Amino acid sequence: MTARIERPLSPHMQVYRWTLTMALSIVHRATGIALYAGTLLLAWWLIAAASGPAAYGHVQAFTGSIIGRLIVFGYTWALMHHMLSGIRHFVWDLGYGFKANEREALTWGALIGGIVLTVLIWIIAYAIGGGR
Amino acid sequence: MNTADTPKRSMRTPLGRVRNLGAAHSGTSDFWRQRITAVAMTLLMIPVLVIVMMLLGRNQAGAAQILSSLPVALILLLFIAASAWHMKIGMQVVIEDYIHNEKLKLVSIMLNNFFSIAVALASTYAILKLSSGV
Repeated sequence: MTARIERPLSPHMQVYRWTLTMALSIVHRATGIALYAGTLLLAWWLIAAASGPAAYGHVQAFTGSIIGRLIVFGYTWALMHHMLSGIRHFVWDLGYGFKANEREALTWGALIGGIVLTVLIWIIAYAIGGGR
Repeated sequence: MNTADTPKRSMRTPLGRVRNLGAAHSGTSDFWRQRITAVAMTLLMIPVLVIVMMLLGRNQAGAAQILSSLPVALILLLFIAASAWHMKIGMQVVIEDYIHNEKLKLVSIMLNNFFSIAVALASTYAILKLSSGV
């Protein structure tokens, strides 16, 4: 075995000043992972609808409960945020919005837009279906 | 030395040739598919939300009736396909970034594929079952 040589490492996260775009980059991943897990709920709901009234009743009991509502509300936000944050990435992919103020504006837009859309969807949902 | 038996030379450096391609010369395919599925889901988002709103407060019979209509089934099938593909690629990126143990990484990537395909097929099966009215 050769002796391990202590080479200098590139500076890692902790040496950088925490920025909004950094934080939102992590939130984009976190919401992505949450949505990944949440597809189980979506699959359960569709299978229950295809199975019959008893199975569908279980799903409705869950989504109607406090915890169920919190999870679906969180899921709505994760979806809206991930979508808007993704559109922000798309703008960057096309080569726009790289100036400091543009970066910040896009990121704030995704953050605020995600919350606004989530609240809006739930207001409509309550107006239509009494929040299921 | 004549030019016939010298290999073709390029002015491009080896780094320049592989940059943006990866060693397999197809390294951007996942990047591209991630964007296609993202755009697809963004376009489908409003119809999908409308469908969810239509289902609110209905019992199983009412929900089944809506889910079995052709446009609703098609929109949901497209959305399921796009999201399964998108999340499979996304999770693989996360796995490759954070799991450094080679064996654990391979197992995780495999499980990721299984999960994504299972969720997609289960949801697709449910919609097809509803559409066939069995």
